[in-house]
This record gives sequence, C-alpha cells and structure tokens, in this order.
Amino acid sequence: MYTSIESLVALDKERGHPLWQVVLEEEMALSGVSREQLWEQLRQRYHVMRASAYRALDQALPTVGNLISGVAKTHNAYASQGNGLCGSFLNRVMAMALSCSEVNASMGKICAAPTAGSCGILPAVLVGLQERDNLSTDTILEGLLVAGGIGAVITRNATVAGAEGGCQAECGVAAAMAGAAAVHLQKGTVEQMVNAVCFALMNVMGLVCDPVAGLVQVPCAQRNASQAVNALLSADLALAGMQSIIPADQVIEAMYRVGKMLPEQLRETGQGGIAATEKGREISHALFHPQE
Amino acid sequence: MEISILDVLGPVMIGPSSSHTAGAAKLARAARQIVGNPFFHVKFALHGSFAETYRGHGTDQALVAGVLGLREDDERLRESFELARKAGLGFSFTRTDLGDVHQNTVQMTFYLGESGDLATAPTRQIRGSSLGGGRILITRIDSFDTEITLEAPTILVMQKDLPGVISSVTAVLAHSGVNIGTMRVSRTARGKLACCVLEIDSPVDRSIIEKIRAMPNILHAQAIAMEEEETQYVHQH
Repeated sequence: MYTSIESLVALDKERGHPLWQVVLEEEMALSGVSREQLWEQLRQRYHVMRASAYRALDQALPTVGNLISGVAKTHNAYASQGNGLCGSFLNRVMAMALSCSEVNASMGKICAAPTAGSCGILPAVLVGLQERDNLSTDTILEGLLVAGGIGAVITRNATVAGAEGGCQAECGVAAAMAGAAAVHLQKGTVEQMVNAVCFALMNVMGLVCDPVAGLVQVPCAQRNASQAVNALLSADLALAGMQSIIPADQVIEAMYRVGKMLPEQLRETGQGGIAATEKGREISHALFHPQE
Repeated sequence: MEISILDVLGPVMIGPSSSHTAGAAKLARAARQIVGNPFFHVKFALHGSFAETYRGHGTDQALVAGVLGLREDDERLRESFELARKAGLGFSFTRTDLGDVHQNTVQMTFYLGESGDLATAPTRQIRGSSLGGGRILITRIDSFDTEITLEAPTILVMQKDLPGVISSVTAVLAHSGVNIGTMRVSRTARGKLACCVLEIDSPVDRSIIEKIRAMPNILHAQAIAMEEEETQYVHQH
C-alpha cells in the first residue's frame, strides 16, 4: 500500500514493475476488481475524455452567458495554421483543453480529472501525445494509471477542491498528474515522473480560484489551456535532467498549506481575483439579476 | 491507498459542476427512488449556495432530470424541462432558508398521483445535500431525520417503534446471507414510528424485501440501489 509519493516509489523499487502496474495492482486490491474490469473502466473514461477534447474543436457550444463559446474552435483553427509562437503541437493541446472546458460549461459529458473545472488538462496532454506519436490506447491507459496514482496521493494528503485549496489544487494538481503521465509516455523514469509532479506544482503554487459569476468558464478555460502546457513543460524539464531539490511529498504539503492560507474570497466564492473585477461583477449582475 | 484512482479520474458526468450539477441530479434521482410511487408535480426549495447559483450551474435542470430518473452522465439532462413537459410532470423552484444545514441543500416535495390538485394531493418530502465530487447525503425523509449516502445498496424500513422489530428485520437478512455494513434508526417519538436505514454489501433479491414487508409491525420496506437502476427515464403516465 502507498500513502505518499515516497512510498509509491518504494513499492515500485520493491516490485521492480513499471509505476503504472504498481498503481494497477494497488487499485485491484482496494476495489476488489479484476485487471480486465479495471482496464475496461479506464478505457471508458478515456473514451469520454477524448470525445470532450475533440467535440468543440469544430463547433462553438452554447454556455451560460456564452463567456467561452467558440474559444476552442478559434484556437484549433490557429493551431492548424502552424505558425503559432508555441508551435502547432502545443497550440493543438491548448485547443483540446479549451474544448473540454467548453463541453463542460455547455452541460456536455466530461470526465472529472481530478475535478470538472480542471477536466481539460489530462485529456489534452494524453490525446495530444497519442495524436503526435501514434500511441496505442493501451499505452495511453498506462499514462492514465500513472496520473491516477499521483492524483490519489494528492487527494489523500492535500486537497483537489478549489473551495479548499484554490485553482492550484484543481488545475495545478491536474497538471502534476498529466506531467507524470507525459513522462511515462516519453519512456522516462519514475524519478523523472516525480520531478515533473514537483515542477508542475511549483509553477502553479498559490494560484487562486476566482471564476467570473461563479461559472466554470473564465478564467477556468484559460487555466486549463495554460496548465496543459505547464504539464508538458514540467515533463520536459524533468526529462532533460532537472531534479527537484524539494521532495514531492513536501511540495504537495506546501501546496496544501498555501491553499489553507488563501482567504475565502480566493477559493471559489466568486468574490475575489478576476471574479471581483468591475467587469466581472457587471457580468455576474447582468446574468443573475437582469431585472434590477 | 484508500483513495480509488477511479474517484480521482472521475466521475464521468454532465458539467459544469460536480456539486451543483452531478450531485443535484443524483440527489433528485435518489429522492425519486425513495418516493417509489407516481407523482405529477415536484417543488424544489433551494437553500444556500444552491439558491444563489442554481441557474448558472444548471442545478434546476439537473434536479428535474433526476426526478425523471436520468443518470448524472446522461446528456439529455440539459433538455430535462422539455422531457418533463412531455411526461406531464410539473415542477417549480423556490429559494428557502433551511437554517444550519449544508450550503448545497434542497428540499423536494413530491405530489403523488397520476394528476391532481396541489392543494389536496398527498405529498412526500425528501431533503438532501450535495457534498461535492458528486457525493450526496439524504438528510430527511418526511418527518424522519436520517443520513443516507446511497454509496452502497440500501434498505429502507418504516416500522412501529416496538421492541424486537429491528432484530426481526436483521434476522431475515442474516438468514438470507445478507451482510449489513451500517444501520441507522431514527424515530418521530418513542413508541410511535421508526425509520431504519441499512447499508448492505450487495443488492438484495426482491423476495427478501417482500419477506420484510410481510412481517408484523412493518409499515413499509424498500431496496434502493443507485448503480443498478435502469438508465432510461420513465414517463409518469
């Protein structure tokens, strides 16, 4: 059993299995399901993720107030022109993260990973890499297991709720999970996966949860796009050889503590940050109190 | 690790919010199962954050979808108002203050029958909260305070509050090889009516429920299994 990143890595060393397999074995023991059943459940979840990553790429979806309608389509068109500053791959990943956010805000079907508000990051990274490298779905599901193991540790020892820990706990954790998965898909080592987790969380430490009008649209969609990129750049930092001088479990604890220090206005209440700007309040008022 | 990766990589749901959309739909679907009988109108009284933000998160559409029996991952959720109209189901929303309860709480009043007059129709009242991540808690059934998560198959029994009634229910379950995980009893007043909630390890056969119903001093018994329920919605008429 693992209860921390350290004990997960120790189990991995002890068994000599790939990390995804250790997570799989532990999940089978916890849930009492067979390998085939678990694999099938992961396959279904990835199916939902992939569908939401593609769905808004060529059509604008209506959302409450239409605050983000069409952002994925616009960005996907830009990505396919190929002259974006971040390159066509990263821009395509951003477009897919935006698509998931748009699907979520339009009351479409998504897979929370770890939350609905951050549902675009892991799918964008996994589908993006599957497209680029022509990876099999089984390989992607290994990445999903790696992400799930990291997410489970953070859920246990910290939080993934924006109301408790701010956006760093939702989109930041999603980036940490996706970063570790990306390292696996690049055939990196367990140490590199753990380093990617550290860098993703360091890069996002303190990010507040401040949705305009309390809606899961702005700045949530932008954060899904930026944290998908954070996942990939953190994976690259780790794969290139950078090592975190702070152990992952301590980085996770720091994120949790920072979340606790955030005032309530900056934890999903719609009362601080971007939500509390003059324009943000105007939008909220127009949507919910139009008669006044 | 006591956290399942399937809880981290999920739930699969209709957006935008696990607490305000998915949880709301599940609460209403649970209430529908508890009510069990046909109804022609539902009044939703929304408390706290539910009352403040329900329109932005589709909480209203989710609640109506739930009482129609739609699951939390059914994309017809956003068309639930139209589906309700086609099914002849009336619904209305009010904001309320239920006092010191969870921020995301709704009180649902079901008006029973195929059709009728709101002023005279018999009613059932279910109250529950959406706890986040799609998890729910039913906190009141009519006049009984209770705590039901419906994360496990659940048996609900209404009985006269007399010595030996509960043990006779558990004896039936033991005899049928059903293992009880948790049990909670609440009552209106000593010696009157009691509500017994039993969480069990696996869904029970219908015949076991029939056996409990046939016992003396039992007014009502039903099994609720959120996962096994049919995924289609059912017309009221």
